[in-house]
Amino acid sequence: MKKKGPLYALFLSLILLLPGCSSLTVLNPKGPSARTLSDTIILSIVVMLGVLAVVYILYIFVLVKYRAKKSNEGYIPEHEEGNKVLEAIWIIIPIIIVAFLSVVTVKTTTEVENVAADYKDQTPLVIYASSSNWKWHFSYPEEGIETVNYVNMPVHRAVEFRMYSFGTITSLWIPQLAGQKYAMSDMLTTLHLSADTEGSYIGKNANFSGKGFAHMEFEALVMSNKDYDEWVNDVKETAPELTEDEFKSLLATDFLGRKTYSSTHLEFSPPPGDHSEHMSGDGSEMDMDNGSEEHQDNKEIHPSPEPSSGTEFDSEPDPEVEQPLPSSPVDAETHDGN
Amino acid sequence: MDLDKFKVHGEPLIYGAMVSIALATIGILVGLTYFKKWGYLWREWLTTVDHKKIGVMYILAALLMLFRGGVDAMMMRLQTAAPEMKFLDAQHYNEVFTTHGLIMILFMAMPFIIGLMNVIIPLQIGARDVAFPRLNAVSFWLFFMGAMLLNISFVIGGSPDAGWSAYFPLASLEFSPTVGNNYYSLALQISGIGTLITGVNFIVTILKMRAPGMKLMKMPMFTWSVLITNVIIVFAFPVLTVALALMMFDRLFGSQFFTMANGGMDMLWANLFWVWGHPEVYIVILPAFGIYSEIIATFSKKNLYGYTSMVFSMLIISLLSFLVWAHHFYTMGQGAMVNSFFSITTMAIAVPTGVKIFNWLFTLRKGRITFTTPMLYTLAFIPIFTIGGVTGVMLAMASADYQYHNTMFLVAHFHYVLIPGAVFAVIAGFHYWFPKVFGFRLNERLGKHSFWWIVISFNVTFFPLFFLGLMGMTRRTYTYSEESGFGPLNMLSFVGAVGLAIGFLLLVYNIYWSTRYMPRDTTSDPWDGRTLEWATHSPMPVYNFAIVPTVQTRDALWSAKQDNIPLYDDKKITKIHMPSNTGKPFILGVIFFILGFSLVFSLWIPAILSGIGVIVMLAFMSFDRDHGYYISAEEVIATEKKLKRGETV
Repeated sequence: MKKKGPLYALFLSLILLLPGCSSLTVLNPKGPSARTLSDTIILSIVVMLGVLAVVYILYIFVLVKYRAKKSNEGYIPEHEEGNKVLEAIWIIIPIIIVAFLSVVTVKTTTEVENVAADYKDQTPLVIYASSSNWKWHFSYPEEGIETVNYVNMPVHRAVEFRMYSFGTITSLWIPQLAGQKYAMSDMLTTLHLSADTEGSYIGKNANFSGKGFAHMEFEALVMSNKDYDEWVNDVKETAPELTEDEFKSLLATDFLGRKTYSSTHLEFSPPPGDHSEHMSGDGSEMDMDNGSEEHQDNKEIHPSPEPSSGTEFDSEPDPEVEQPLPSSPVDAETHDGN
Repeated sequence: MDLDKFKVHGEPLIYGAMVSIALATIGILVGLTYFKKWGYLWREWLTTVDHKKIGVMYILAALLMLFRGGVDAMMMRLQTAAPEMKFLDAQHYNEVFTTHGLIMILFMAMPFIIGLMNVIIPLQIGARDVAFPRLNAVSFWLFFMGAMLLNISFVIGGSPDAGWSAYFPLASLEFSPTVGNNYYSLALQISGIGTLITGVNFIVTILKMRAPGMKLMKMPMFTWSVLITNVIIVFAFPVLTVALALMMFDRLFGSQFFTMANGGMDMLWANLFWVWGHPEVYIVILPAFGIYSEIIATFSKKNLYGYTSMVFSMLIISLLSFLVWAHHFYTMGQGAMVNSFFSITTMAIAVPTGVKIFNWLFTLRKGRITFTTPMLYTLAFIPIFTIGGVTGVMLAMASADYQYHNTMFLVAHFHYVLIPGAVFAVIAGFHYWFPKVFGFRLNERLGKHSFWWIVISFNVTFFPLFFLGLMGMTRRTYTYSEESGFGPLNMLSFVGAVGLAIGFLLLVYNIYWSTRYMPRDTTSDPWDGRTLEWATHSPMPVYNFAIVPTVQTRDALWSAKQDNIPLYDDKKITKIHMPSNTGKPFILGVIFFILGFSLVFSLWIPAILSGIGVIVMLAFMSFDRDHGYYISAEEVIATEKKLKRGETV
């Protein structure tokens, strides 16, 4: 067929150009969550290729058979209203396909939103991942340590990332370990992942966040349990403590290399709770909110520290601090600029 | 006043743009004066209320914007063609991709479609004009002024740089302190009001002004698609109006709707934006479906297969388009239940869309298919759009989207939907209806050359992006490292982009060449058409139809030609009532432009003055007592005689 020739040649050459499937990071998973997603994607590709095949075969058939040529000159096609049976077929079959894919979606979405089946019996290792202009802060509350722009994890261990942001919306993505999830300033989001293989994986912010977005990458290093414990002990012994002042200077710097600390910023700058907590200014409202059932549910999932100290998440600045502290470098720039 | 705000800092590219804008403006002004065309311009174009001329102006503006957006696209593909390119810096790249998205969707695709519907809808339903001709002119000038406001941002003050979706808090004053996003809120607001008015205008036109006998289920498919589209406009655009107003308050008056502190909610913006933004996609796609339906029927010489299911599928698509907005942020932590709901509603759209694809294929079956340029675009649409559609289903699966979201896979998907779905459609419609408006066809040989360039290059440009997405390349990244391995496919994509540019340049050359050399069409029905627009002269007189036709079948003209069902009684020419031209819509547009510009830079005195100006102008226009004029029967007869001899009027 005149029309299809170049297109097929094109697709073929594209596939040949690919350096091989292993470079398709998303389809080369190293953990159960990413594997679920990779399987889902491959399944959907197969189903969709089937759909494409039906459309393409029909398409080529009608174009070849019913094109204008000398032999059918003067032929005036008859009026054809439609056909209820045929139309019903191409309504019902797509509904079946969509229903099938819906079941797969609901199942896999629920799966990756929870701890992977193989790791159900473990209590997940909690790591807080917060973003501030073009860097990532990883806090390990259990270990009492914090890293900037890299994260270390033990292999074969359920890990629960709790994400939030000190600025614009970002999206934490380690393609070979799990799908991405947004980090926002006014709530915590959760990402479950675990790695089956030791190794160094690329992690990045996937959501556009301004000037330094392209450079907002980090390394996710998966190591053996023993190495991980050694590393934690090492950090505790040798790394400096993260003070509030130090943390503020981190926030105020646009680009940073790796940093390691033997305490976390969660102590003086707690992560956001849910909406009502974030929105209310004074303690009395807090108590009322906490009384509601919905709120308590949320508390169980994300036990956030006492909301007493003044942070950037409170509506009113702490009366003891003269100036509200800049929540991000751009914030500071803006104030200076004016 | 702080003059620094007006300056755009430092790049040779921007200075080049400034110089070329200045030179072009001077050139136009000098040219108009030299050829003494100021009066002509004012009388024939700036003050016109004729739907055909307004449509032509929409299309001209859209073509202009196609090239502005196209240059943006070329710059982006060049910047990412190789690792660590130094062509654009991050800030400039951010502005370029933001304006590329805004311009292509809001100032290219939509106006092009509104232009085509302006030209064709009244003709297709056998009407003499739209329901509110002066309001139609207001719509156009508001759109045009909005577009100009966004375009000058590049050289005065800086363009918006937070993406076309302008997510907060990134788009807030805190993180985007330049005036760029002020332009965003005001340019979109002004043109959005114009679009909303168009929506009302065309709903009324189609419901109230159809030729006698044209029941709803006898309307041509393009008219149906436009009716449904305008209903979507009327429901969706008020949301945008509110969202942009809140954005403007946040940025100009210190309110805190979307900020990080004081109870602002960034997700509120995301929700409002996509409650408008998702239906917006269907605002540009549905009329395209209508255009394709007309072209497929015409060039396979068959009536449309499954007319009723075509109409219902469009209705269902329009309904579903309002129920899927959260699929744009599956990854915002909304939980498996909510994501599942939006997954299923999103995938459900595939069902009515599939119905349309199969109906088109069965329209072709048993037809006699001729491969004209408009038909080629239509035929290319089917396989390419199907790729866009199936990848859409893949993206709709929430779990899988955790991996595709914000990557080049998504970019590839929506270009695979929007370019065959909207761009091919408007080009096909442009080639198809061009002889109706201008009285001669575009050159077929040049048309086909440009078609092959565009279609092949399109695939070379965007197919690699699917793989780049799966390799982990995120969208909106201005640079990447050598080790990432993104280089070769990006280079291939750039090569494709060059091919696309050649294709579009050939299209423009075709317009130029055909205007000079193509023979004038004397039949007024060059494609052997089926619907009423081909029943009047090409180019048509100001009153469209000397006698309003009476419709008995769906393909009224086809029945008239095949079964000798008369469209009208030739003897019955009477006087015709037409609206008179007015300069007020243009002046209103200019005042809106000044208002928008003043607000962008917080120039309060001119803002207040022009704000009062807008109110005064609206009041003035609402008391307008000009009820139009009559063209006498004798004059109509004389014009008809002239047109039949092939003269122009």
